[in-house]
Amino acid sequence: MTDHHSDIDPVSGRTTTGHEWDGIKELNTPLPRWWVITFYLTIVWAIGYWIVYPAWPLISGNTTGLFGYSTRADVAVELANLEKIRGAKMVALGAASLADIEKDPALLALARAKGKTVFGDNCAPCHGSGGAGAKGYPNLNDDDWLWGGSLDQIMQTIQFGARSGHAKTHEGQMLAFGKDGVLKPDEIVTAANYVRALSGLPTRKGYDAAKGEKIFAENCVACHGDGGKGNPEMGAPNLTDKIWLYGSDEASLIETISQGRAGVMPAWEGRLDPATIKAMAVYVHSLGGGK
Amino acid sequence: MNRPVNPKALPLDDDNGPLYVAQKKVYPQSISGTFRRIKWGLMAFCLGVYYFLPFVRWNRGLGAPSQAVLIDLPNSRFYFFFIELWPQEVYYFTGLLIVAAVALFLMNSVGGRIWCGYLCPQTVWTDLFYAVERLIEGDRRERMKKDKSSDPMKLERISEIVLKHSIWLLIGWWTGGAWVLYFNDAPTLVRELVTFQAPMIAYIWIGILTATTYVLAGFMREQVCTYMCPWPRIQAALTDEWALNVTYRYDRGEKRTSVKKAAELRALGEQVGDCVDCYQCVAVCPTGIDIRNGPQLECIQCGLCIDACDNVMTKIGRPKRLIGYDNDVNIQRRQEGKAPIYRIVRARTVAYSAIIAAVGGIMVYTLATRSLLDVNVLHDRNPVAVRLSDGSIRNAYTVRLLNKSGYDRVIAIDATGPVNATIHVIGIDSVTQDRPMIVVPRDSTSELRVLVTAPVEGNPEKSIPIRFHVTDIGLGEAASATDNFVAP
Repeated sequence: MTDHHSDIDPVSGRTTTGHEWDGIKELNTPLPRWWVITFYLTIVWAIGYWIVYPAWPLISGNTTGLFGYSTRADVAVELANLEKIRGAKMVALGAASLADIEKDPALLALARAKGKTVFGDNCAPCHGSGGAGAKGYPNLNDDDWLWGGSLDQIMQTIQFGARSGHAKTHEGQMLAFGKDGVLKPDEIVTAANYVRALSGLPTRKGYDAAKGEKIFAENCVACHGDGGKGNPEMGAPNLTDKIWLYGSDEASLIETISQGRAGVMPAWEGRLDPATIKAMAVYVHSLGGGK
Repeated sequence: MNRPVNPKALPLDDDNGPLYVAQKKVYPQSISGTFRRIKWGLMAFCLGVYYFLPFVRWNRGLGAPSQAVLIDLPNSRFYFFFIELWPQEVYYFTGLLIVAAVALFLMNSVGGRIWCGYLCPQTVWTDLFYAVERLIEGDRRERMKKDKSSDPMKLERISEIVLKHSIWLLIGWWTGGAWVLYFNDAPTLVRELVTFQAPMIAYIWIGILTATTYVLAGFMREQVCTYMCPWPRIQAALTDEWALNVTYRYDRGEKRTSVKKAAELRALGEQVGDCVDCYQCVAVCPTGIDIRNGPQLECIQCGLCIDACDNVMTKIGRPKRLIGYDNDVNIQRRQEGKAPIYRIVRARTVAYSAIIAAVGGIMVYTLATRSLLDVNVLHDRNPVAVRLSDGSIRNAYTVRLLNKSGYDRVIAIDATGPVNATIHVIGIDSVTQDRPMIVVPRDSTSELRVLVTAPVEGNPEKSIPIRFHVTDIGLGEAASATDNFVAP
């Protein structure tokens, strides 16, 4: 392709670009005029965009454009509109008592919908998306409650948390009987077997029930109560039922007694508004375990 | 080396020609006769139904819409006189579409393009627009003359054109206006429309349908049938030799001669065709074709050429129906000197009728026996099962009660399957005979969270079926749904 002289192609009668390879010439097929014009118009249009919309990055920030448009402002407007729509209903929710919310189908539906969303955003990381819990994180669907399962008790737990550092938080924890040297290792094994026996689980060979009872009476009854029925005031679980937060096998129980347990639930007061906390309490209560 | 070729010497390439045939404007002449009367009657009926149906009232009780035919999109309900359909019953429309399609096939196998010629909206509105055009600008010859005239336009001609288009637009506007009335309470919407208080979307739809009516019936006309509509192609593939189509009986018509010449030849005892080549059939044709060329894709079989030919035959004293509903089988038979036979009852017409009867029957039966009370159950996915402190098992379900009736219901819910199961509905305290009672307002649904608890004893360890029964306490109507009860 040395010769850039364009000529007329004898077959088609059209001009060539002047490019030639081994005797084959390239026909000049320009873009359609309407296409080219449209293309240039889009460039002109783009310049208009630069001027009226935020476009060019500057050292700090960017050009804001004549319209002063920002997507963030759009979002703010949309959120404000949403709040306007929901506002009245949320006010009604905030004003109603917890028991009345469960009685009113419309308020219940609203509280459950709101509660489910907020639960997913805030509680699911520990309690699971359906509130099924995990080891150390209570299942909220069952009827076993460390701090009580009535609407008011659930709401209080959500508001102030457990061992959260909030002034009104639930206090009290399982002591580390082994680590702190309160019980000797063989006494811990006996205590673990005694606890298993409380809920009808089998005990190991050579386990001394009388000794277990004595250890339990001296060390555990203060919190877990006579017969190990638990005490929601202290967050002490019922040891006679089928639900075990940290596991019911001997090894888990030995670990619990030796190292102690003190799971933390954060306080949500201040992070969520009162109506939302109310909705959440109703939602958790309606999962099935509420009393 | 390339050999130089003279481009002009190359053979002509078809690709270089225009892709489209220019539209030849059709000027149908007015005509009177049997088929024209049928067309007027059907047009009046179809347009009457379309324009006035939204104003027909139907009492459904307080709080329910009183419009006989209403598509209530915001509340997702469809009302048709005594029928009220919910979105999940949309399959009735599927049935209706099947019946409509097969009815179209049946019409086709009996009498050809009856739909195209008499009932299709494109035909009905085009016919109406032609009538307006004829009324204002005159009949075929006058309209042709006016369009061809190169004289400068006079005020009279301008006012004619303006008047015609104004009336067309008015019809289009009324067509769009009637359309939106099917989606809202008609009297209310009419009031809102004239006081400019109606929602913008109503005006937009009226605008769209005004434009489509004006363009399709005023300008595109037979082009829609010839180029846009798929039915002529399908129809041609579906037809058979027995179907009665608008047919020129060439056995009788040929050879064409003038009236005078025919009389002379007949006097000499020679065979002459009845067609006198008057072109009346072409003049009245709304698609501008010559039926004497045989069956054509463009022919909508409106029968106006039959009327035109009958009038001429009557005048020249020859028998009517030189053009008529007929088929090639009979033309053949007449040429062979046999009597024509008409077979309306044959395999395909019987089959189509059977399909219509079956689908229609199923629809009517299901519609008549459908339950106005229903229940849907969805098992909780997470957690699927919960063990309670006493060891018993609890499963949670989302239960939706549907009350499709026009009155409030008190519904009792219970479950069978797991042994000694108890049932609890969140937020419901009223329980009779261990069954929670739920009030479901008329024409609505209630979503409930239902907990079923069963002891371990007596229940298998794996999943077992559970059936939820819902019963209207007042009327005894019942419905049920199944799911599973799962052990953790």
